[in-house]
Amino acid sequence: MSVIEVKNLTKDYGNTKALDDISFILEPNKIYGLLGRNGAGKTTLLNFITNKIFPTKGDITIDGDRVFENDKALNTIFYMMEKNLYPEDLKVKEIFKWTKEYYTLFDMEYANNLANKFELNVNKRVKNLSTGYTSIFKAIVAMASNADIIIFDEPVLGLDANHRNMFYKELIANYSENPKTIIISTHLIEEVGAVLEEVIILRDGKLIEKKSVEELLASAYIITGEASKVDEYLKEKNYIGEETIGKFKAVTVLDSIYDKNEALAKELNLDFAKVELQKLFISLTSS
Amino acid sequence: MILNFDSEKPIYIQLSEAMEDDILKGIFEEESQVPSTTEISISFKINPATAGKGINMLVDEGILYKKRGVGMFVSTGAKSKIHQKRKNAFYNNFILSLMDEASKLDISMEEIVNMIERGKRK
Repeated sequence: MSVIEVKNLTKDYGNTKALDDISFILEPNKIYGLLGRNGAGKTTLLNFITNKIFPTKGDITIDGDRVFENDKALNTIFYMMEKNLYPEDLKVKEIFKWTKEYYTLFDMEYANNLANKFELNVNKRVKNLSTGYTSIFKAIVAMASNADIIIFDEPVLGLDANHRNMFYKELIANYSENPKTIIISTHLIEEVGAVLEEVIILRDGKLIEKKSVEELLASAYIITGEASKVDEYLKEKNYIGEETIGKFKAVTVLDSIYDKNEALAKELNLDFAKVELQKLFISLTSS
Repeated sequence: MILNFDSEKPIYIQLSEAMEDDILKGIFEEESQVPSTTEISISFKINPATAGKGINMLVDEGILYKKRGVGMFVSTGAKSKIHQKRKNAFYNNFILSLMDEASKLDISMEEIVNMIERGKRK
């Protein structure tokens, strides 16, 4: 069990606030998505959780223990970084061994099985791996680490559709077998949406949403039809993101899907559609 | 089983309906085993909690039952239970709104029956 608690986390770089007073609690054994545009503060936040940088203000605890300068807390976390920090001259299998030194629960057999499935040659040196295989290699090390908390920063970078599909399936299998807290930071929201239980959305260093995917998707819907009729429907409604093509208009309404005005929509000849996680994300995070 | 990620329906509801459809079609016979939550979540790439929610709905309704340490099975009488449930839904979703619309348009009972007869021949 590992409860992560982030309290009033703030990081200033000169005059800019990379993170601005962020607080939330991550319950154990859930799959979280960390979403935000480039520069929203995702990697900064992950760097805090794994004690790579110090905050200007605020605190992070895991099961009540502060993570700063705390090896015990850090060994419960595995962080698959987007950047490659592994020694480039080492072979994949050497890094498997090396990882086991630090993460004693590292499952060598499972790591080799996964390498087989993904056709990753463990005798290759890290520097000779393609972008896709570098991601696969790092994801395998992370999944085999057996840490209580596994963080993936852009895990499917450079992976083809087939390998992405395999990665998501292996991740769910891993999680089902051994429930743990998983945090996935990614730009490929649509394909990972159904895998996530909750999302954390950052915008300009601020936390703007932390909700279950189901709740988030139920908190907005799309109304479409003839532009002037759509405008009529939108009176006194809170909405974001609109797209117009000729006389046709589609607007994302920020209102529960259970409070749709079906009668009015019918009268105005309008149609409802489900909001997609990706679109909702774009609407919520665009200025 | 097919799940449609573009549908307005939440995935767990789609999952429980798809499972019901497969029971009605006889793909899953009564007293036979159905795929586990893990198998479902892996093959559809959905969160295990979502899959669990869909399956548990059917357990709560007595359509599926758990055998400890073995897995999930279709209950005896599941088919007729689903039939009855769908019939009730048919009444609520179609008949009630049909009567509502008919009264707005001043269509008599006799006309409705005639229309249904006509629809049946098509």
